[in-house]
Amino acid sequence: MTEANKFVDIRHAQKSYGELEVLKDISLSVDRGEIVAIIGPSGSGKSTLLRAINDLDPLTGGEVWLDGVQINKDLPYRQYEKHINAMRQQVGMVFQHFNLFPHLSVRDNVTMAPKMLKGISDAEANALAEEQLKHVGMLERIDYFPSQLSGGQKQRVAIARALAMKPKLMLFDEATSALDPELVEEVNLVMKRLAEEHMTMIIVTHEMDFAASVCDRVIFMDKGVVVEEGPPSVVFQNPTEERTREFLRKHLSQYAEGAK
Amino acid sequence: MDFELILRVYPYFLEAAVVTIELSVLTILLGLACGALGAAARLSRFALLRFLGAAYVSVFRGTPALIQLFILYFGGPQIGIQLDAFEAGVIGLGVNIGAYMTETMRGAIVSVDHGQTEAARTLGLSRAQAFRKVTLPQAMRLMIRPLGVNINAQIKGTALVAAISVVELTYTAQRYIGSTYKPFEMFFIAGILYMIIITVTGKGIAFLDRKARLP
Ligand SMILES: Nc1ncnc2c1ncn2[C@@H]1O[C@H](COP(=O)(O)OP(=O)(O)OP(=O)(O)O)[C@@H](O)[C@H]1O
Ligand SMILES: [Mg+2]
Repeated sequence: MTEANKFVDIRHAQKSYGELEVLKDISLSVDRGEIVAIIGPSGSGKSTLLRAINDLDPLTGGEVWLDGVQINKDLPYRQYEKHINAMRQQVGMVFQHFNLFPHLSVRDNVTMAPKMLKGISDAEANALAEEQLKHVGMLERIDYFPSQLSGGQKQRVAIARALAMKPKLMLFDEATSALDPELVEEVNLVMKRLAEEHMTMIIVTHEMDFAASVCDRVIFMDKGVVVEEGPPSVVFQNPTEERTREFLRKHLSQYAEGAK
Repeated sequence: MDFELILRVYPYFLEAAVVTIELSVLTILLGLACGALGAAARLSRFALLRFLGAAYVSVFRGTPALIQLFILYFGGPQIGIQLDAFEAGVIGLGVNIGAYMTETMRGAIVSVDHGQTEAARTLGLSRAQAFRKVTLPQAMRLMIRPLGVNINAQIKGTALVAAISVVELTYTAQRYIGSTYKPFEMFFIAGILYMIIITVTGKGIAFLDRKARLP
């Protein structure tokens, strides 16, 4: 049984590496079109949670549902592979280190998966690449190779690559953390644009500014649990939990200065 | 140095060099095939295949190639394997270099950043698709040079089949010493011809490596 309004539904997510319990019974849901930021100290389990959503890091307990379908179904290997590949086509992911395919041109980075998985023609693939690259302002670089791009450009191509699969949900794991400060904004702008288009997004970030200005909801995690969640105005300005306040004291100094 | 003698016998050495080249090409092709299978086994998700791959590598790298060759050629008939010397040379040395190539290929494959596979899987590619389209093309580029090292070793390694009387360069040099009593000249010609084969091959590999390099 699923409730229709829960677009992404994480139920009692639990993850252990041996003795170490990294996610401790986390339940949360995300509505269609909602933009959620996950913040928290290093090692709190943000990446693990995000990567559990598309089963890159399988949970040791609990369920993840997307749009009424369970992602981490318990199936025999072959069936599971088929199922998870189909699910992953619906979930775009953007990594801290871009992970563009260095042996493929920008165009081929964007079109490889749609060509292989959706059987589109070369002409359709080209149109798709142009559309997606235009969207992230990278059309002029369509015939470049990843090594010929700046970090910000690489990340924009990586976003276009994910979007080319027409995902229902986008996951971002510190998409701007590896970038030089002056390149962060161009990636943030692309993400803001996606937000305006009501793409459902879950964004792990260390950038409180960005979380505050773009996200509908902020989730603060620490030591494998969700400590506090709410609209950015509440979590950032009036956190109820002491752990949140402590974290924000460390991380908002920069934010507060910026806001002055 | 007896140049007159060299001029007189070198056509026979050229013929022998052709045999060395044939041996090299065939053992390298067999080695590449064994290496690909071995690497696939070493990286399989099945423990039994991983074990077999590891056993192949440790047996064939852990004993002298000459012993392997002798077991196959001299010991083979005892267990019903009848091969002529050339066949035994190709199979024995090919399977031997395949063990080294297994490790070369496996090394190149595992050195491709795991994030590449993750990115491909995230897009919905299967394990096999991700390997074929993302990991392998990058690994192939990485393995050209180290395979070149294996190939270089293998060309020189073909000299071992002289011990089972395949008429290639080293054997030919030894044979002509018997009639000419000029070991310096005979091994000198053989050495020069090996060097030419190896230099040309090395250039070919360097060319492939340059061609495969990414922008
Ligand atoms: N493969 C693994 N094996 C063992 N422990 C792991 C593994 N991956 C992550 N961990 C541990 O799980 C915990 C949570 O890691 P995770 O990467 O999710 O944290 P994070 O909140 O994303 O941190 P950061 O802000 O530094 O990215 C950490 O203590 C980490 O050491
Ligand atoms: Mg992380």
